[in-house]
Amino acid sequence: MSDVMHNFELYQPDTVQGAADLLGEFDDAWVIAGAKDSLGWFKDRVKQPSVVVDIGGIEELSGIAATDDGGLYIGATTTLTDVIENPLVREKYPILALSASKVASPQIRNAGTIGGNISQDTRCVYYRSGFPCYRAEGNTCYANTPTAMNRDHALFEVSRCVAVTPSDTAPAMVALGASMVIRRKGEDIEVPASEYFIGPEIDITRMTVLEHGDILLGIRLPGTWANARHYFEKAADRNTWDFALVSITMVAKMAGSAIEDAAMVCGGVQCTPRRLTEVEDVIRGEVPGPEVETLVRRVASRGAQPLNFNHFKIPLMESLAARAVRSLT
Amino acid sequence: MDLTGPYDPTVDYPEGPAIAEIAGAGDIKPWRPLHVSRRNFLRGVVCSGIVIGGSSYLFSTATPARADARGVERMMSLTVNGRTHHVDVAPNETLGYTVRYRLGLTGTKIGCNQAECGACTVMADGQTIYSCSTLTHRMRGKDIITVEGIAAADGTLHPVQQAFIDELAPQCGFCTPGQVVAGVALLNSNPNPTEEEARVAMSGNLCRCGAYEHYLRGVMKAAREI
Repeated sequence: MSDVMHNFELYQPDTVQGAADLLGEFDDAWVIAGAKDSLGWFKDRVKQPSVVVDIGGIEELSGIAATDDGGLYIGATTTLTDVIENPLVREKYPILALSASKVASPQIRNAGTIGGNISQDTRCVYYRSGFPCYRAEGNTCYANTPTAMNRDHALFEVSRCVAVTPSDTAPAMVALGASMVIRRKGEDIEVPASEYFIGPEIDITRMTVLEHGDILLGIRLPGTWANARHYFEKAADRNTWDFALVSITMVAKMAGSAIEDAAMVCGGVQCTPRRLTEVEDVIRGEVPGPEVETLVRRVASRGAQPLNFNHFKIPLMESLAARAVRSLT
Repeated sequence: MDLTGPYDPTVDYPEGPAIAEIAGAGDIKPWRPLHVSRRNFLRGVVCSGIVIGGSSYLFSTATPARADARGVERMMSLTVNGRTHHVDVAPNETLGYTVRYRLGLTGTKIGCNQAECGACTVMADGQTIYSCSTLTHRMRGKDIITVEGIAAADGTLHPVQQAFIDELAPQCGFCTPGQVVAGVALLNSNPNPTEEEARVAMSGNLCRCGAYEHYLRGVMKAAREI
């Protein structure tokens, strides 16, 4: 049998309340929707929850609607393909459609969900292979040793763990100022994207604020950056399927030829999407050109602490930031 | 054969009377338990291991009985290539496994089994998915098309299939079922794709023979013919 997943009890509730009740009942319940991240864990037998709750069939969790403030609300289990093809998303937030279209492969985008893409676990090879590292509640990091293969790993804000965010759409969420709507203990709370993603300093075993029993209901995109200029570029070893080595996501508003305001976020260099506030400060009010680009290169990777094999991410990050600014000319 | 000397592992000692009974052995202490040769002891260990291990393998069911009535019902209807099948599906079963080993539709190949290679690509409601990484229970109510459902009922090949043959696309052929399904799904939704669109649509299917350009030419050829 080539299918090597462990046995589990599968629940497919019809309502969010039903799913929340199941999560409250079973301590090791695991939530799946598109299951593109989860089935990998199960097949490698690194994670073996006895109960799996499939929320992919809950209708109220899927769909895209305009909100009163000129923004959008995207249900958590809306597939990436639906996000990419949705006319509202393409009109207001082309940056989101663009970044989602670079995720993995068409087949994965057809099944994978936007909520799953932003909340997926890190792709550190050591962690994924089942090594008992810090993130797996062990007491060492296998990726931060003199001989470790760590070209995919972090440049910034390392605290024991050096894993990075693998998501292509998470930086767009941070740049657009999205907030995540979460059902927690019967109440709906909203968490801004800047707080939704958490680093090892806060909790080394999680990538997001989602705790056991929480269900991500959807994503609220405010109208702030609707119809803004945008730039997205993902540098990866392969054009398909691969995760970003470094990705850059920018939205900007122009006043004439000058940059009135911009939000720039870098993926793949830190455990969370990294907001490049220094770059934003440099370019705000400036007319993009070679001088500004030079300044951007200077500040983009400031504070980076490379590991043995990921030095290349520093010039890559600087170049991507400069190219994003150049796109505004 | 010297039964009284030091133990020699290369010698196959006979079963037999204890050394004490052998004439002339005197009061030499036997070095092995009476009547149990090394070979037979090992045989016993191996056989009992096989019996214990084998019985737990043979007499256990693949999945424990459903403990909770709120879990998914194992018996489900699955619509594949226009036919509705009633199948017994385990909660952890993937669509690729179900169509291959329960429905016998072995055209769908399982290559990497981790949603990377695309050999297992099938259509669900017209959209391509990796059947190796989709739980079958998620496919309730979906219309699934595998590579067996692409050609016409009378055996006439779909233009994509014919174009792949004409362009000599398959070499080893293992990725071909997935490539066919991906190509057909593209042309169903976009009958006149640009080469770039076709490249993106086929990008989820790996070909270890590297015949990507052939598959791409095949899809473009089929698009012109449809």
